[in-house]
Formats: sequence, C-alpha cells, structure tokens
Amino acid sequence: MEEKDLNAQLKNIVEPYAQNKEALLKFNDSSHFIQDLEVNSANLVDIILDVEDEFDIEVDNDSMEGMLTVEDAKKIIRQKLQEK
Amino acid sequence: MAEKRVVITGMGVVAPNATNLPDFNDAIRNGRCGITHHQELADLNFGCQVAGQPEVTDEILQQYFSPLELRGLNSSGIFYGTIAGTDAWKDAGLSFSEKENPDWDSGIIFGTGILGVDKFREAIQLIDAGKTRRLGSTSVLQTMASGLSAFLGGKLGCGNQVTTNSSACTTGTEAVLMGYDRIKSGKAKRMLVGSCNDHGPYVWGGFDAMRILPHNFNDDPTSASRPMSATATGFVPGSGAGALVLEEYESAKERGAKIYAEVLGGAVNSGGQRGGGSMTAANNTGVQRCIKEAIGNSGISAGKIDVINGHLTATTRDATEIVNWKTALGSGKDNFPYINSLKGMTGHCLSAAGSIECVASVLQLKNKFIFGNINCDDLHPDIQAIISPERVPIKTKEQPFNILAKASFGFGDVNAVVVFKKTVEK
Repeated sequence: MEEKDLNAQLKNIVEPYAQNKEALLKFNDSSHFIQDLEVNSANLVDIILDVEDEFDIEVDNDSMEGMLTVEDAKKIIRQKLQEK
Repeated sequence: MAEKRVVITGMGVVAPNATNLPDFNDAIRNGRCGITHHQELADLNFGCQVAGQPEVTDEILQQYFSPLELRGLNSSGIFYGTIAGTDAWKDAGLSFSEKENPDWDSGIIFGTGILGVDKFREAIQLIDAGKTRRLGSTSVLQTMASGLSAFLGGKLGCGNQVTTNSSACTTGTEAVLMGYDRIKSGKAKRMLVGSCNDHGPYVWGGFDAMRILPHNFNDDPTSASRPMSATATGFVPGSGAGALVLEEYESAKERGAKIYAEVLGGAVNSGGQRGGGSMTAANNTGVQRCIKEAIGNSGISAGKIDVINGHLTATTRDATEIVNWKTALGSGKDNFPYINSLKGMTGHCLSAAGSIECVASVLQLKNKFIFGNINCDDLHPDIQAIISPERVPIKTKEQPFNILAKASFGFGDVNAVVVFKKTVEK
C-alpha cells in the first residue's frame, strides 16, 4: 500500500474524533492521538473498530495498547495486513 | 439562613405535538394532537398501534449534536433530553461554561424511566453473537440511567450536583421538586431539572401486554387519548422530554432574567401500597395527603388554586383522581378549580410526562390561558356527578390566573404535587 494512501485513510478515520483541528491539519507520523490530536481516550477503541472495518483486519488488545501515535498505528496496520 | 425563593427562568420541550417551546405553546393553546398510527407497532402485533412520538429530524439533531456525538448515537431519550435541556438553558439566557472552570452553582437533575433501549438492543445482539468488542465506547454512556444528565452536565459545564432520578410517571415532577429543594436550602443557585423517555416498541410493549392501552382507536389516532371522557379505554403511550431552569430569585433578578413563574412549594410521598394502593394503583389517602401537604408548604389555602393540571391518563382512575382532589381541597361541585390534562394531545409520555406537563402548566400561567381538554366532549358521568362540567373546559379559555397545582402519580404508588404561582412581586 502506498504510504500516502495509508496516511490519507488513517487521517480520514481519525478526523471526527480529533478535537484539536489545528493538529489535524498537521497530521503526520509523530502526531500523538491523545496529546496532539486531543482524541478522548475512550474514543481510541472506536478508532480501532473503524480501522478494523476499513482494512478488514483485527487489532488485538496488546497491539492496541502500543498505538499511541500515527506511526504506531501505521506499523500495526501494515503488520496485520501482512499477516492476512 | 432564610429559605430562598425559587423561580423558573427557562424552559425547553420536545413533545409528540411540538418539538420546541413556541410551537408547543401554540399546540396546546390550539388543541393540536401529536398522536399518530405506527405501522411498526401494527407489524409487531401490538393491540395499541397508536403512540405519541416527537418528530425530531436529522436537521434538528445536527443543531444540538456534533458529528462525533451523533456517531453510533441510538438513544431517543438522549435526543429528546438534550434538545429540551439545552433549549431551556439558552432560554434562561445562560451560556456554556468556559473550558477550564465549571459553574459550581449550577446543577442538573434529569430523570428517566429507562434510557437507550434501542442502543441496549444493539449491544445485546452483538454480545449474543460473541462480538462484545464491537460495542465500541458508547454503549455504557447511552444506556446508563444517568446517561443524559451526564451528557448535559458536560455540555453545559455544571459543577453542582448532576444526577438522575427515577420514579415512574412521577419522575419529571419529582425532579422539579428535588431541584427546588436544593435551591431553597441554598445548596445551588440554578438547577436544570426535567425528564425524558425513550420511544418505541421495546418501551411500550410491556404496557400493551398489561392491556391498559386503548386498542379500538388504531384507525383514529387523534381520538385515542381521552382523559376524563366516558369513552376512555386506556392511556396512549408517548415519549419526549421537558426541561426547566429553576433559579434562586435573587440570582435571576441580578441577571435581569425573564421569570416565567415561581415554584411556591410541593410534596412527594408514597401510599406505601397499603390501604387500597398497589404497585399499579394509588392509595387514595396517600394522594390526598400529598395534595394537602403541597398546599400547606406553599403557604396558601386550598381555595387559592385556580387551575389543576392533573395526572389524568385516560383510564378508569381519572374519576378517582378528581375525587381525591375534591376531598383534599375541600371544594364543592361548583367552586372546584378548572382542571385539564395534557395527555389528550400527547398521550402519556411516561417518565417524561411530569416535566412536559410542568412546562405546559407554566406556559398557561405565563401566557394567560387554560388549554381545553381535547377528546372530552363526553365527560365521564362519574366526573359529572362530582364536579360541574364547566370546570373541565373543552375549549381553551383565554384568561389570566394566579396559581396552578400540577400532579403526577406513578407505578409503585408514588405521588408528586407542585404548586406554581404566576406573579413575582418586589
């Protein structure tokens, strides 16, 4: 999958949950979901569900716990896609 | 410390016959009925296929909820309560607290009978299919009883008590009295009080099964709800929400807020399911005590009550309720107050009924009218025998009055009576 596409897909998923719209404009690998994008921590499970639907993968609890930044998320998505 | 006076400075309502305050005022003044036939109920083999359900469009929802809040939101009680609650807050001229500090003097008591039934059904289906993890983050927040008060508390930024009461059909009126007590005793300056109820077959089905809903008006929905009528055959189920901002009089005056009415006092009690009372029927002594106590602590005499907005659901108990009023007030056949019931126009909105009807009561006081009882041109003979028929207006009377008593009674033999007064002197 193209890096650019993955970024765009992920940004699309995160957009409704991100309360900091300025940080969303600067969406990049180092964006932290809670600290930068100001996603409510309870909504992280919703982002995971949306990611699962979008990529047709399953993100287990351990993987989810390591998903703090956009880069983390991309790493997990790529890994799960490979395992398919 | 002297007890504080409590006034009403804002109101909001989502009812089967109107989804905002000005429309609701027109609807009740003109006798507009919001009861309709529901094909869904027919398809599900309900005996009663008519119901009162507010028409809340997606366009309206988008004015009150962000796109994120609307994601996966499937709780009609939260829809109704949020609209009524925020409308009441804005109507009172109050704003949402800024980001860092809540308003420590403002609280919320918003009751419900059951919340998020449709969301709960979604969750049950997922869990039974072994897909619990697919519930996401919103299931708990939409199905906990305090889901709405919690949601409103965050939206408005209230730092005083934020809670939810539940006492069946008494809920809304009880919430008013709980908020009143809190302000009167100096524990809060403003309380947003109200109640909501979900709609739909999963809420109404249990009542249908009890055979206490009318089944003979499925082709004529607007005639189905007939409080005090000789041809009443049961209550029509409804849904919605009502909300009132109660405020310490001095605070309201300081802000220059408009004042709808004063809460003079009230009472809540239970008949204890003794003396003829049961889970579903009222102990008449309990009802009469509640009325007398409400009048007593309002500091008025029984004769000062101009209008009663009754509980009056359109069952065989309507006549009994009127006997209870007459006994408690000690009034005669001709000097009985005017009495009306909103339920002819909305059906019985269950736990939302008390708050929606309190809003209707205060609108009558403020705007100087007594709405007519629709579907009551055949007043029940048992009622005609105890009070003069002209005390049950069929057509709206355009006339000012001073004091209204509003009652709600509920399953569990619980009672609430609140007394509203129009004028606020000084």
